[in-house]
Amino acid sequence: MSNSLIKPRIERPPLSQILIGKTPLFLVPLLMLIGLLAIGSGSTWLTLTAAGLAMGMMIFIMASGLTVIFGLMDVINFGHGAFISLGAFAGFTILGLLGGWIESPSIALNLGAILLAVAFAMLVTGLAGYGFERLIVKPVYGEHLKQILVTMGGLVVTQQLIYVIWGPDEIVLARPTALQGSFVIFEAAIEKYRVLAIAIGLALFAAMRLVLSKTRIGLLVRAGVQNGEMVEALGYPIQKLFLVVFMAGCALAGLGGVMWGIYQETITAHMGAEVMISVFIVVIIGGLGSIEGCFIGAMLVGLLTNYTGFLVPKLSLISTILLMGIVLMWRPQGLYPVVKTH
Amino acid sequence: MSDPLLTLRGVHTHIGPYHILQGVDLEVPRGGVTVLLGRNGAGKTTTLRTIMGLWQVREGLIQFDGAQIHQETTPVIAQREIAFVPEDMGIFTDLTVHENMLLAARSGVLEEERLSWIFGLFPPLKTFWHSAAGVLSGGQKQMLAVARAIVEPRKLILIDEPTKGLAPAIINAMVVALKELKEMQTTILLVEQNFSMASAVGDTVAVMDDGRIVYKGDMCELAADAALQERLMGLSLEAHQ
Repeated sequence: MSNSLIKPRIERPPLSQILIGKTPLFLVPLLMLIGLLAIGSGSTWLTLTAAGLAMGMMIFIMASGLTVIFGLMDVINFGHGAFISLGAFAGFTILGLLGGWIESPSIALNLGAILLAVAFAMLVTGLAGYGFERLIVKPVYGEHLKQILVTMGGLVVTQQLIYVIWGPDEIVLARPTALQGSFVIFEAAIEKYRVLAIAIGLALFAAMRLVLSKTRIGLLVRAGVQNGEMVEALGYPIQKLFLVVFMAGCALAGLGGVMWGIYQETITAHMGAEVMISVFIVVIIGGLGSIEGCFIGAMLVGLLTNYTGFLVPKLSLISTILLMGIVLMWRPQGLYPVVKTH
Repeated sequence: MSDPLLTLRGVHTHIGPYHILQGVDLEVPRGGVTVLLGRNGAGKTTTLRTIMGLWQVREGLIQFDGAQIHQETTPVIAQREIAFVPEDMGIFTDLTVHENMLLAARSGVLEEERLSWIFGLFPPLKTFWHSAAGVLSGGQKQMLAVARAIVEPRKLILIDEPTKGLAPAIINAMVVALKELKEMQTTILLVEQNFSMASAVGDTVAVMDDGRIVYKGDMCELAADAALQERLMGLSLEAHQ
């Protein structure tokens, strides 16, 4: 045997390169610090930071499915916003049926109502995602221009179906009684619902990381994002994986829709399309296909929107676009690109 | 003589507007190494990819272990216990070496004894078991690509240029691995440009040119006939030793 000839050798990146690789992890604390210095008042900063993190978590929930669909399936789904709206309306239906639970001062009943609304919304959007993938997306795999056109068409059709089922008017969605009002911490008012949104966002991020790193389907998704052809050559039907991931992505959009709807306290058929600008910015900042990048990108967008909204309101609308421009100048493929574009 | 494990009859493959395979006839006997030789662009890689279903057969048939597979999808072909090591190795660089191997084991379990054998063939894989495959050197990635193909027993292994750009020490490791697989009666279809390597492990040989098989025979006969090598491939064994 000639094994003795083989000396294990590894090309380790230098420490400076490793640190550069970890830099995005420091962006969120850095932005918080800049925000603190710019705002000056600790309590105002805390309120804005909590609001920014909550908003970021909800955008992350909506964007996480889109980035995995982008990364694994190479599908540009402009119809993703339809599932956000659909989820919000499906959740509203359940919350309407559980009016007694919502109005009750019991936190358990309130959370139970939200849990049921979320479960139903995810079921509806997951099933709708099945139909959307089979009818609209599957025929146009690999054809980006057609994907944009047909998924935009799917978005319009879904919005019209929402008008048919729930009517054309804006619907007011009251927050559950126990989740109204704020906690006061260090003289800072932090809305209770925002704390719930942060908790759900963190739990989802942890769960997604766990599934992607510890389960076989997660392994397949990570491998498929990198090289779908090789996954097939190993014997795994990637089309089935596409379908499962698409349904899961749509279900996450549904979850985000319920959370966003309760946060905004109003829902409309085009609410999903409106929030999609932020969702796309987050996916691009994070790097296509990256859950970690998506998470950091969402936090940055949420915080920046709130800080600039307070400091320079006129800049608030374009601050996230500026952020995206700066990130792309620094890292043209986003913070943590899984899919390398050439 | 027993039936060949793999048979290609008049296989035509088009890639976009290009007619690459123009009637390939090939038989791969059971339990040995068949080497596919030929100049760049002769159609060797396309032949392997066509067998795997990664390119569609326009005309002709492919029979594997008694079943026609040319209309099947890639996952179904792979599930017939055919492993494929592509030219670019197909390593999942963001996954660890362990995860790459785990994915290749369709049973979902890495058998300890077989893993020890693989570590014996390719020791760096044990060293970097929990490292991301992306940080491995080119030779180590090739080891991983071959190790993935042999992580479980397979009826047929298709390997596309495993020694391309590798250092001699790594090529030696590949030769040892292929010889051990031969001893285990594994059938291998190997595309190789390195004639020294090809002649060291090959039992039978087929030479391609312009999308067709232009020569079939025993490797020892081709290795012994410099004039034939020169005529078929514009090379001689001596020049590569």
